[in-house]
Amino acid sequence: MTKTSNGAIDSNQGDKFAIKLEDITMAYRDKPVLWDIDLEVPSGVLMAIVGPNGAGKTTLIKVIMNLESPAAGRVFIFGKPYQVQRKLVGYVPQRNSVDWDFPTTVLDVVMMGRYGAIGWFKRPGKKDKNLAIEALHKLGMADFKNRQIRQLSGGQQQRVFLARALVQNAQIYLMDEPFQGVDATTERAIIDLLQELRESGKTVVVIHHDLQTVPEYFDWVTLLNVRKIASGPIADVFTDKNLRLAYGGRVGFLSPHSHVGKEFTSNLNPDKEN
Amino acid sequence: MDLLSILQDLVTDYTLRTVSLGAAVLGFVSGILGSFAVLRKQSLLGDAISHAALPGIALAFLLTGSKAPLTLILGAAIAGWIGTLFIISIINNTPIKEDTALGLVLSVFFGFGLVLLTFIQKLPNASQAGLDKFLFGQAATLMERDVVTMTVLGSISLFFVLLFWKEFKLLCFNADFGDSQGFRMSLLNILLTSLIVIAIVIGLQTVGVVLMSAMVVAPAAAARQWTDRMGFMVFLAGVFGAIAGVTGAIISSITPRLPTGPTIVIVISGIVLFSLLFAPNRGLIWSWVRKRRNNRRLQVDAVLGDLYILATQHGNIEHGHSITVLRTMSMGHGGTDGSLKELELQQLARRIDSDKWTLTSKGYAKAENMIINDRDDE
Repeated sequence: MTKTSNGAIDSNQGDKFAIKLEDITMAYRDKPVLWDIDLEVPSGVLMAIVGPNGAGKTTLIKVIMNLESPAAGRVFIFGKPYQVQRKLVGYVPQRNSVDWDFPTTVLDVVMMGRYGAIGWFKRPGKKDKNLAIEALHKLGMADFKNRQIRQLSGGQQQRVFLARALVQNAQIYLMDEPFQGVDATTERAIIDLLQELRESGKTVVVIHHDLQTVPEYFDWVTLLNVRKIASGPIADVFTDKNLRLAYGGRVGFLSPHSHVGKEFTSNLNPDKEN
Repeated sequence: MDLLSILQDLVTDYTLRTVSLGAAVLGFVSGILGSFAVLRKQSLLGDAISHAALPGIALAFLLTGSKAPLTLILGAAIAGWIGTLFIISIINNTPIKEDTALGLVLSVFFGFGLVLLTFIQKLPNASQAGLDKFLFGQAATLMERDVVTMTVLGSISLFFVLLFWKEFKLLCFNADFGDSQGFRMSLLNILLTSLIVIAIVIGLQTVGVVLMSAMVVAPAAAARQWTDRMGFMVFLAGVFGAIAGVTGAIISSITPRLPTGPTIVIVISGIVLFSLLFAPNRGLIWSWVRKRRNNRRLQVDAVLGDLYILATQHGNIEHGHSITVLRTMSMGHGGTDGSLKELELQQLARRIDSDKWTLTSKGYAKAENMIINDRDDE
């Protein structure tokens, strides 16, 4: 496992799992969304979460960050509850979860990633601004810093969100479909960023839809469909059999080497898991 | 009454001075807090809160027998606040969606308030006259101490807005992300909503429960047209609210039997209409002009392209082409003559004889460039 020099990690060296879930169960009314999930994410991996629509991928991420309270189960971040480890976790929500007509600028949005470190009441300062500009540079968005966010393309919006997560300087990043509907430039920028994060020892968890690129982009994968189907290194768990289990019966197409259309997988019915 | 004497009265006349001060305060505070409701797409929240306040006013009178504004405002605030807690808990704990929850609370509370008002009016001994002023508002009833109360409450609200500016921005833009940063968004939600309740109740006496929601939504909607900065938008909403409040309150207090609420709402509606039409960038007029200009340019480009095609077909730039052919090529989109004149003006095309046109060498180069770029885009 990659180790970093960051003090926050050092204090947690006893625990090799960046994220550990125990018996997580979650239901909206009587419909289970997540069922009895045990999950261990080793520190330093670049992990994809895959599964059909409605498999509970976003909910899983939200449970990890305590944005949704599970009916049962516990979450550990480096061996401790999320509440005391919050600063170690960075979040990239789905791009379309916010109103991009909101009256604000690119720089301002990226600065929001500093708010947690700044704390209540205080305003962001020069240092925060510099960090934000630096993050925008990394994602090739520095020229856009004073733009209104509504003037951005989808890919640019995504890069702003990534820059915002970057300035959190977290140890673990949870990203909800960062590759959704982005252009080639942005896809490249995201891949480079993921590699860079892994090289500096961060743990990255990405909800991903394109099965073909999983082995290329990631080294770890979790297959989810309400239940955890499998989780581990790509070579061990990204198999035909597991994909079949995750995507529920519609099998032949789903070899990782075949060309699986996004449309096809997104049309699969998540309820047909047996 | 001419403008000068109104200005004079503003300084000397007690009622007018009180009324306009009060209206300025209520407009400013509701404009500022309303901006947050609008940015969170909770424009109807103000409507629900102000209607929910009515039973509070009636109950406060029934319980205390007093018509002192402070008592009634306190009742209104408590009822409005209970209404919002109902809304928040209905959204959080039932499958009912936000719009339905707002509608439910609004109609149930307002209906109950009207029942209470009717009951009070039938009481034999009650000097009930005046309570119904809260329906449409009556600026002339404002006293100096009411204005002081409004100013104190308003200042407290604005203080909180400044204190929690960055947290409220997170709440409005991306609440989940705010939670992940360690800010308790549920608490901030309750705080912000409570501040909106305060902003609304201080306006009830002047504007009335029925139309107070306009003072929450309209200034923000107008301000949004003029700026893309949240800070300036919020401030501008306050200014618009204050202008509408003062103008409306003065008109209604110098005109007998004119309720204040509707007058203020007409003024703010005028500001909204003007902003929707004339604001740069977002205004309808500007986007219409931009669109027209764009269409015009596309038409001119199309004719330029047609001339280019004809020239390549003939293998000779100098060859003139009849305007009839060009009209046919534009397939009834019209504007061919105008487009040719525009091209002539830019020295991209020239007239050979009465109705024959051809490209200049500059026009040929431009058309070639344009067509190559088009292919690249595909």
